[in-house]
Amino acid sequence: MIEGILIGLKTALTFQNIFMVMIGCFFGTIIGMLPGLGPMTAIALMIPITYGFDPATGLILMAGVYYGAVFGGSTSSILLNAPGVPGTVATSFDGYPMAQQGKAGKALAIAAWSSFAGGTLAAIYLLFLAPSLSKVSLSFRSPDYFALMILGLTAIAAFSSKGQFIKAMMMVVLGLMLASVGQDSLSDITRFTFNNMNLTDGISFVLVVMATFAMSEALTIILKRNDPTAAAKQVSLTELGSIRINKEERAKMLKTIPRTSIIGFIIGVLPGAGATIASFLAYGMERNFVKDEEKEKFGKGSVHGLTAPETANNAACSGAFVPLLTLGIPGSGTTAVMLGALLGFGIQPGPRLYMTNPEIFWSVIMSMYIGMVILLILNLPLIPYIARILAVPKNYLIPLILFFSITGIYVMSFNNFDIYLMIGIAVVATFMRLYDFPMPPLILAFVLGGLMEENLRRSLLLSDGSWTFLWDRTLTACILATTILIVGWQIYKTFKSRKI
Amino acid sequence: MNINTTKIISLLFFIFSAFYLYTAYQIQVFAFDENAPFNARTFPIYLGYAGLFFSGLKLILPDPNTIKVEHKTLEYKKTGILVLIAIIYGATILKVGYFLTTSFFLMGSYYFLGERRWILMFMLSFPFVAAFMYLLHGVLDIYLRDPFLKMIGVMG
Repeated sequence: MIEGILIGLKTALTFQNIFMVMIGCFFGTIIGMLPGLGPMTAIALMIPITYGFDPATGLILMAGVYYGAVFGGSTSSILLNAPGVPGTVATSFDGYPMAQQGKAGKALAIAAWSSFAGGTLAAIYLLFLAPSLSKVSLSFRSPDYFALMILGLTAIAAFSSKGQFIKAMMMVVLGLMLASVGQDSLSDITRFTFNNMNLTDGISFVLVVMATFAMSEALTIILKRNDPTAAAKQVSLTELGSIRINKEERAKMLKTIPRTSIIGFIIGVLPGAGATIASFLAYGMERNFVKDEEKEKFGKGSVHGLTAPETANNAACSGAFVPLLTLGIPGSGTTAVMLGALLGFGIQPGPRLYMTNPEIFWSVIMSMYIGMVILLILNLPLIPYIARILAVPKNYLIPLILFFSITGIYVMSFNNFDIYLMIGIAVVATFMRLYDFPMPPLILAFVLGGLMEENLRRSLLLSDGSWTFLWDRTLTACILATTILIVGWQIYKTFKSRKI
Repeated sequence: MNINTTKIISLLFFIFSAFYLYTAYQIQVFAFDENAPFNARTFPIYLGYAGLFFSGLKLILPDPNTIKVEHKTLEYKKTGILVLIAIIYGATILKVGYFLTTSFFLMGSYYFLGERRWILMFMLSFPFVAAFMYLLHGVLDIYLRDPFLKMIGVMG
């Protein structure tokens, strides 16, 4: 492991990679601060640029964007009570009241230190857990992988559906259907191309991500007459107050950080869960942990209440890398985008990644730590100024998002069919968003579609067409049982609340 | 059954799944693969049935949590114009080239979204695209075909 860490440090500490982490954190913070535009959009916009670099640098850049976006989301939660990303909603519960008491600078500092601590501790957990899990996952067979993918898709549908599980499952199926367009990987038989040569290689992953996130979000902002930059104009440079944290506050933070980092990391590792659930759970649990007089302060500017979700959401971000790096199966929409980008580089993440491409495996883990340091020393003092940058009118912001989306597709294929296809998918996605059809399940399904078919093919061929492979192995049966539990729980919840 | 837009979307998805399933059955597989436990049409057929199942469920089950969208408050005109500009962008980019098309696309988008500060609009289109092109083409070595710049001798 020491050798791996050194390889990771060597790669991550090159001038180019440090610069990429800085750029990623800075860009991610800006996008993350804009309500409605989350880490997935930020990463999607970055993908075409990453193809100009080697895989390690590309992934380091995307990881920087990811943390930056989560950190940026916290800033808008604290200063504006307008969470930039769902994972920072719980931050606003105590961060915004603190800002209203004239302690915005302090709240930002607590958030930054908590994020730093949460991310750092989680990177350490990842450092020790990922190689061991990689070894364990070498024993996984095709039926286990197939069952695991079903579990991941069901879980993301369950967690991102806001009580609309069937809608989310429809999006999963749609994502798998889109992934089935093009040549069959084994027989080279073309499917669903309707004799169109442009579809022979299938639909590009970047195209689907850009269409369903970046472009569709830009169109939704215009359609709903939202102005994500309006709130940023209210930020006053002079009213932030001191960013110093006193001894008593530090003591409170030190109590909260270790326990909530573990909660965040575990939730992050679970497929489909992620930063949002981690932050809410950590907030709720922390409220039960603290003394009664501290409990009273929750929702009114509590240090514990701000530290808990901030630590947990960053720990969850690192935790989300565990299934991606060790199993090759992303647990969240954001890591699904990263998986798609890695596949674009010709790299298949999974248990063998840290043997075949140790520089990627370890440099990503190391760059997480570097990213946290950069977020702390670079972004914290710059936050008010970054907020000012966001005051750019939406009349400029929206065309620029569209520009980056279309350019991203154009430089990859140099044909206008892909541009039309992207516009078509974006228009459909915008319309579906209006009716609460979630997009992350579609992306995860699209990314996993090929792998899922491949593993189902192997499993069915090995079992001579019998579906008994789903319970022949204990591990497969356990994963399947967990999936059934999630579906059963969703059905129970649906009938209980009659929100089908 | 209460008909709302979600139900209509579900119905459309049901029809789409039926069409997908029909097309999946039409996929030509090799003769020796016809009766194999798994061939090129197996997975799409499962997906077609899954699509029918979930959209069918959404169609027949009651939907008390109806999502109401106030269409009057939505900005269809500007959104439609932006989509149209993007389509025109796609139609002209290969013939006119990246630089001019992208710059005009940005100028047009700023204008239709209500911007009237011409100098700022210009600065955030032509020089901005030129700088971005330099980043892609000059720094990252990503090739950008541009007949216009080639014609005036800026690009090789």
